[in-house]
Amino acid sequence: MDSMALFITLKLALVTTVILVVLGAPLAYFLAYNRFFGKPIIEALLYLPIALPPTVIGFYLVVAMGPRGFIGSLWKTFTGASLLFSFAGITMAAILYSLPFAVQPMKATFQKLDGRLVENAAVLGLSPLSIFFRVVLPNSRSGIIAAAILVFLHSMGAFGVILMVGGSIPGITKVASIAIYEAVEMMDYRAAGLTALCFIPISYLFLLLVNKLNEDG
Amino acid sequence: MIIDASIRKKLNFFELAIDFSCPDNEMLVFIGPSGGGKTTLIRMLAGLERPDEGRITFGEEVWFDSKTNKIIPPRKRGIGYVFQDYALFPHLTIYENAAFAAAEEKEVDRLLELFQIAHLRDRKPHLVSGGERQRCAICQALARNPRLLLLDEPFSALDAVTRRELREELKDLKKELSFPVIYVTHDINEALYLGDDIIPVVEGREDREWMQRAISRGPSKRKPTRAARKQKLALAY
Repeated sequence: MDSMALFITLKLALVTTVILVVLGAPLAYFLAYNRFFGKPIIEALLYLPIALPPTVIGFYLVVAMGPRGFIGSLWKTFTGASLLFSFAGITMAAILYSLPFAVQPMKATFQKLDGRLVENAAVLGLSPLSIFFRVVLPNSRSGIIAAAILVFLHSMGAFGVILMVGGSIPGITKVASIAIYEAVEMMDYRAAGLTALCFIPISYLFLLLVNKLNEDG
Repeated sequence: MIIDASIRKKLNFFELAIDFSCPDNEMLVFIGPSGGGKTTLIRMLAGLERPDEGRITFGEEVWFDSKTNKIIPPRKRGIGYVFQDYALFPHLTIYENAAFAAAEEKEVDRLLELFQIAHLRDRKPHLVSGGERQRCAICQALARNPRLLLLDEPFSALDAVTRRELREELKDLKKELSFPVIYVTHDINEALYLGDDIIPVVEGREDREWMQRAISRGPSKRKPTRAARKQKLALAY
């Protein structure tokens, strides 16, 4: 069993989830309550990672994150390091890869929220920001947790994107899904099997939780 | 302070065109059939909807003026608004709801006592009755020290007995209130019982004859029942 790879996977999934919930919630809120010109086009763009093959996303990310790419060169100027084959690099890739899984369920949750609550809070003198924190978030808790779990599970399973952007550097970018693949390649079925087995209880428990949250909501 | 409004707004089937004003210590009641634009009217006073044309002033303050394109958002109007059906926050207890925008905590306790829901302070809204929820909504609106109170059919979802109780409580409370109160209802009894001034609104227009017609015609074209006839007698006096 490759416990290092498992650790990297969990770390990646956790960091991705936290960042996506924090960034995705305001974005989803904005999309849920605003109409503007070009909204369907922007929304489709946000959901594109679902529709694209992971290797296609990976390819464009490699181009963008490479030393001559826009993101890669920017990263190099600020940190002095390469973004490709780094943990930061695969985190960015996982964020993009899982973005739709954060935005879409959270948007649906915010849309389900009773509009009168927001109106009542506005009449009671709250600013839009306080309304978001004091009314919208507490009443969307189960939907946000469900979105977080989906993002976590989805980033845990990322393979193609991570392989292309991160390579497979042990202890840095070699995640469990890649470790399983490589173990099988080397005919080490025992190691592959043990690592694979670790996923089943984690994924199953989280799915149980998501279903429960959906029922409660 | 006087709330003074002259509002035009195009709705789906007619144009809403109403002029009115309401001074301190007075309750102005808008009455009329459902779908006549009453709720839209009160929502425009709260700033939740924008009139097409007109002007709303509160004392010296201009809340809306279509000529200068000025509109003050709801949160800056200092209003207490009781919604038709319960807009209490489901994640908060009765006390937390009442204290949501309260100026001071003591006032919240006093209001909860006054409306006889102090013993429910730690319950969530879905665990109390409809009448208790609406009492809490009134507490919430008053606890913030509003400069104007808007009530949009606050008792219409309640049973007759609770409605009468709350109506009486509101009438008692009104003596305490020093600001203008605007009340929307489709219940003639309620309007006559509570209102200092009554404006019937039918299809977006003030229609002073509507009450007379509504009373003499009865509630429907069918032959009125005995109970309905009694009601009418009560109204005549």
